[in-house]
Amino acid sequence: MLVDIVFWVLALLAVATAVLVFVVDSMARATYALALSFVAVGLIVLLLNQNYAGVITVLMMLMEMAIMAVYMVMFMGMNPALMPMSMVHSNRVAIAVAAVTFVLLGGGALLVDWPTRRGAPPADLTAALGQALMGPQMLVMIAFSPVMVATIIGGVVLASHRSRYDRFGDDLDRRPPRDPARGGVGR
Amino acid sequence: MTLQLVLLVAAALFAVGLYGAISQQVVVMVMMGLEVMINAVILAAGAMWWFLAPDPTGQVLILVVLGAMTIEMAMGFAVATLWHRAKNSDMTDAATDLAG
Repeated sequence: MLVDIVFWVLALLAVATAVLVFVVDSMARATYALALSFVAVGLIVLLLNQNYAGVITVLMMLMEMAIMAVYMVMFMGMNPALMPMSMVHSNRVAIAVAAVTFVLLGGGALLVDWPTRRGAPPADLTAALGQALMGPQMLVMIAFSPVMVATIIGGVVLASHRSRYDRFGDDLDRRPPRDPARGGVGR
Repeated sequence: MTLQLVLLVAAALFAVGLYGAISQQVVVMVMMGLEVMINAVILAAGAMWWFLAPDPTGQVLILVVLGAMTIEMAMGFAVATLWHRAKNSDMTDAATDLAG
């Protein structure tokens, strides 16, 4: 009974804050609303007895939203809270697509004849997950690590202000390189 | 709390995220829409795992989804930074370089 009440409160909070993300004027408020939505979902995942995944979701998303708030402030040319204006396009189409998606997914969730539970959860779920990750599921993590490295390199390459192509030209044959200030010995 | 109810909440979250991803003009707000959709996927995967097959290996899927979200965020911000630097803009409507 208590679990049900907590679930409903968290579910309403998750959906309401997700809606708020696209309703509030202030970018910072939108980011905090999204963070709250993630925390609510993380807590529901905790209710579903997935301690590790739930805690990781909450921690990761709080950090991610803190970074996102900084980006929001950095990139927004003006402050919509001070100068309210519509920042949406094809609003009606988007609402219609979202409504149809909800009806389809929600209808599927309610109408599908879900199978009964197969197997029982292990006594210590977190330990079992750790053993799965370090054992039979290790290939997933091994495959994931080069993707993460590629993400780091790709992120730095995309976001860096000047790269070697800016200095040496598209064919890397410009000498001397185009630098904002002359440097080096004897130049 | 049943599987159907949790999936219904996940469907609502997914629809809200889809609305944001389609309707928002600012690149970072589009990314927030995508994040809400991934949020829904995490919830649905967690519910499926607990109510249908509580085997520890199934939880690995949730970790992969979380990882995908990290990658989306990192690359999205990198592209937003590049876009802002090149065009001094953060609006999706202005990103028409690859349009027909």
